[in-house]
Amino acid sequence: MTTPSHADIQTGALSLPVLTVSRWSRVIALLVAVALIGGVACLQFGSERIPLTDVARILLGGNDETLTGAVGVSRSVIVLEVRLPRVLLAFLVAASLAAVGVALQALLRNPLADPYILGVSSGAALGAVLALQMGIGWAVAGFSALHLFAFLGAGATIVTIYRVVVTEGRVPVHTLLLAGVIINAIISALILFITSVSDSTSAFRMFFWLMGNLTTLGYAGLGALAVLVAVGIGLLCGQARNLNLLALGEETARGLGLAVERVKHLIFLTTALVTGAVVAVSGLIGFVGMVVPHAMRMVLGADHRLLLPAAALFGGVFLMVADTVARSLLAPTELPVGVITALCGGPFFIYLLIRHRGAQML
Amino acid sequence: MGLCYQLVDISFRYAREWVLRDFSLEVAEGEFLGLIGPNGAGKTSLLKLMAGLLRPNQGGVWLHGEKLASLSPRQIACHVAVVPQESQVLFPFTVAELVLMGRFAHQEGWGWDSQADLQIARHAMQAMDILPVATRTFRELSGGERQRSIIARALAQQAGILLLDEPTAFLDINHQMDIYALLQDLNRNRGVTVVVVSHDLNLASQHCDRLVLLHEGRVYQSGVPEQVVTPEHIRTVYGCDVIIDRHPEAGTPRVTLPQALEGRAMVKR
Repeated sequence: MTTPSHADIQTGALSLPVLTVSRWSRVIALLVAVALIGGVACLQFGSERIPLTDVARILLGGNDETLTGAVGVSRSVIVLEVRLPRVLLAFLVAASLAAVGVALQALLRNPLADPYILGVSSGAALGAVLALQMGIGWAVAGFSALHLFAFLGAGATIVTIYRVVVTEGRVPVHTLLLAGVIINAIISALILFITSVSDSTSAFRMFFWLMGNLTTLGYAGLGALAVLVAVGIGLLCGQARNLNLLALGEETARGLGLAVERVKHLIFLTTALVTGAVVAVSGLIGFVGMVVPHAMRMVLGADHRLLLPAAALFGGVFLMVADTVARSLLAPTELPVGVITALCGGPFFIYLLIRHRGAQML
Repeated sequence: MGLCYQLVDISFRYAREWVLRDFSLEVAEGEFLGLIGPNGAGKTSLLKLMAGLLRPNQGGVWLHGEKLASLSPRQIACHVAVVPQESQVLFPFTVAELVLMGRFAHQEGWGWDSQADLQIARHAMQAMDILPVATRTFRELSGGERQRSIIARALAQQAGILLLDEPTAFLDINHQMDIYALLQDLNRNRGVTVVVVSHDLNLASQHCDRLVLLHEGRVYQSGVPEQVVTPEHIRTVYGCDVIIDRHPEAGTPRVTLPQALEGRAMVKR
């Protein structure tokens, strides 16, 4: 082996083409800016178009004449009470789905993994469908009975999967994947059963909920969700380097010094809890959790230290925009946002597959 | 010289069949050891047991006098670097990123790669002649470049013990010599203990201080290449006759396969 000359070090010839602090900061700053600008821009749209200048003034808490008149007050209410919570919810939900998608693709070593693959989402859906079937109406701390039932459903599913899959403290990922498929199938059958014995009104509401929707959660609920999501995504970002190693296979990762089983536990439980919470408040919004990780990986590379937070931010922006389209396109009729994400995400994914037919991407 | 490894009465099995049976082996510090034997003799399992990637069903492995099972993966990785037989890399990681992952055991938590990490990774890549492909992804590499990247990753680990599972299997003769030259340099000049599994009896005989011939999960022969690589031992263990003479320069055993293939035709008509 040769030793580097002093000149090499001086001229920076020692730099390697790997992630640097400055690249990380630039990309994340750019995405944060896009998220902020995109979020504000989305507030203009809906059944009524509110000019961007008014949106800005409302957000900044202005009280001049244009905002204190009857029209102004109603616009304030629309922006602050209707659109803003919804935009925030879209961001939180999709940021979670994208981050969880990235983490699960690495954990399961399966590029087709998405947040719904483990069956936790089905559990949440079953809880929600049960709540709708029983017509429970009460609410606690900003969350409706439907949200809580859905979260309980997710929790019960997590416990079930954990008890089925984990043996002697190990998380065998193939078993995890298979268990997820089976649990999804069983719960889908249960949901189908419940919808088919329900009256047509509740059945329609169930169907609509399952398609994914971002009906307003309210600030109390949003706050709680934001804390949970921030902790969850934070934990996953903290595992970024470990996820890099997991992508080499468990044995290699262990050989390089990773306590593989501990990391797998942490990632499974974090992703499952975040997925459960997010599905409980938004239903099954498809494609964000699978397509966003792929798209970002193509643009930014595979290093999870950058990929994970970037996918979360970009996923958030994507759903804010998709939801804005969903509620403005045929206003006052609202489309389920899942329709938009599937119609954008599906063809994009097919494009990826065609472009990378040599499987380079995966 | 101290002992690097002590494997005492190890038995190991994946399912029902024992792969290793009451297996004992000691490896001295600074040794260049070759593990040879036919397919299924347990060489790879042995290497994985030494790396702590598998746990023996019976018996124990001691690394520098400490029980391997009591060490964390990170502690082991600081002492032992593994070059596996096959490597798969999911996602488009670049060669530079892969080699830097060798630094994992020395890094704390999430943090960024330090200048020292980058420098060590760069040296490793230079030694393995893969700097020109640093920005390529693993899938875009040739078999030889892949193997050299994995060895570079192990070098970046800066461990005192290198365990290599057929490191030259996918390499052309030039790069085969490069690998052994590098291993010899590490071994002689830096005191790195090298344990290499090889199917290439000639290269192993030429470069290893000691060969261990595995047979049915046990040590059949252990000693300098001249003692181990003999027609009798090869016949017993591999079940075939070979011609053995001396390497014209090194004087080490040179194995040549006989010309006659009669009686070996496996195609059933």
